[in-house]
Amino acid sequence: MPAGAIAWADVTASPVYLDAATAAPLHPVARQALLAALDDGWADPDRLYSQSRRARQLLDAAREATADTLGVRPDELSFTASGTTAAHAAVLGGLRGRRRAGRVLVHSAIEHSAVLYAAEQHVADGGTAVEVPVDRLGRLDLDAWSTAVSGAQVASAALIAASHEVGTVQPVEAAAAACARIGVPLYVDAAQVVGRLPVPPGWSVLTASARKWGGPPGVGLLVVRKGTRWESPWPTDERESGRTPGTLNLPAVVAAAASLRAVATDAAAQATRLAALVDRIRARVAAEVPDVEVVGDPEHRLPHLVTFSCLYVDGEALLHALDRRGFAVSSGSSCTSSTLRPSHVLEAMGVLSHGNVRVSLHAGNTEADVERFLTELPGIVADLREQAGVVGL
Amino acid sequence: MSAPDGQPDVVLDCLGQRCPLPVIALARRLPELPVGAVVRVLADDPAAAVDIPAWCRMRQQEFLGNAPGPGYDVRRTH
Repeated sequence: MPAGAIAWADVTASPVYLDAATAAPLHPVARQALLAALDDGWADPDRLYSQSRRARQLLDAAREATADTLGVRPDELSFTASGTTAAHAAVLGGLRGRRRAGRVLVHSAIEHSAVLYAAEQHVADGGTAVEVPVDRLGRLDLDAWSTAVSGAQVASAALIAASHEVGTVQPVEAAAAACARIGVPLYVDAAQVVGRLPVPPGWSVLTASARKWGGPPGVGLLVVRKGTRWESPWPTDERESGRTPGTLNLPAVVAAAASLRAVATDAAAQATRLAALVDRIRARVAAEVPDVEVVGDPEHRLPHLVTFSCLYVDGEALLHALDRRGFAVSSGSSCTSSTLRPSHVLEAMGVLSHGNVRVSLHAGNTEADVERFLTELPGIVADLREQAGVVGL
Repeated sequence: MSAPDGQPDVVLDCLGQRCPLPVIALARRLPELPVGAVVRVLADDPAAAVDIPAWCRMRQQEFLGNAPGPGYDVRRTH
């Protein structure tokens, strides 16, 4: 072979990023807005000089645009330092604001860990948390939910809009109606929904995370509806209507707002396109990988996310094998978590937790990406099973 | 609930093993036993509590329930 010639067989195919549910790649609009705001929005928006007024204008515009996309009032929306911070504030602030009503928090078994850790802190401080189960498809048990929120001393309730791990969309409207009947405010974690699907009505507090829609990391949204009893759980700070302390990363906030506006205009078309690709993954994985359990509701689900578990396969080994072939995915298997516990979501559903893979698509993923994944996956799983000596079990 | 008389026919000690190893051990051993036999899998990996019942469902074997150990009792049904 002449010097400098490329042996095409040696060229690794370009990486395929399939973990948008953790963080979508930065949207081009976010990048553009971020760079512009680094020059224009570095000053503190709360001071009385001209640089500050420019920063204030940018922050106000970002808040108005984001509120408009969400269909809420600008003064109901605060930016936070992350989606996790927003979730902590939503849970703890909701409980604090309603402490005269009682100290019971009702939540589904499949909330994000940020919500569960906030609930854990509430319990450590002497409060109570009541967990409501889901079925095998990851759907909230609505009867159990209605009973739980109607119990004595319930201060607030938390329900994820759609499972970040298995994609099952939750019956938020019905759950909200059960809460409304007895005046319990509902917090909805909409991290996987904002920028992809319409936000269901009926909530009192809502949170989201910019990196899930292609905004930069380090920006969360906390929306507290007018009239909701909510009190900041943090030490007093006058910023963001007193709801979240500390100086905002304004360039990142501006980028988050600009990219949300951009993805919202295209959300319905992307949802249709990605849902068809996810349907293909669900069908082909079930048909072409032996002993696999595709989990989550096949119909009432997020457009971009699918989860499956491969019997007898080590989840960590599977993630590494996929990474070597250029595929970035995440897993709910215990061996892939720092705590070595299986995903509480898979556990609550009673589905296989080892050999677990979550694929989540973003606007940049093509049909060719999905085809390459589907073509390579059966061989990767078969190799791992052969290495482990579990073929034919 | 465990085996009817409380005593399994076979005990598989998978303590200290990470999933999927306890499930693999169960899948290897159960077919060697007669239909109706009960295996107790001792496993302290928290994932076993999820994965052993899930395996029984996928393979149409009977999950009898948790046992001390922590353990999981499974009856061969076919």
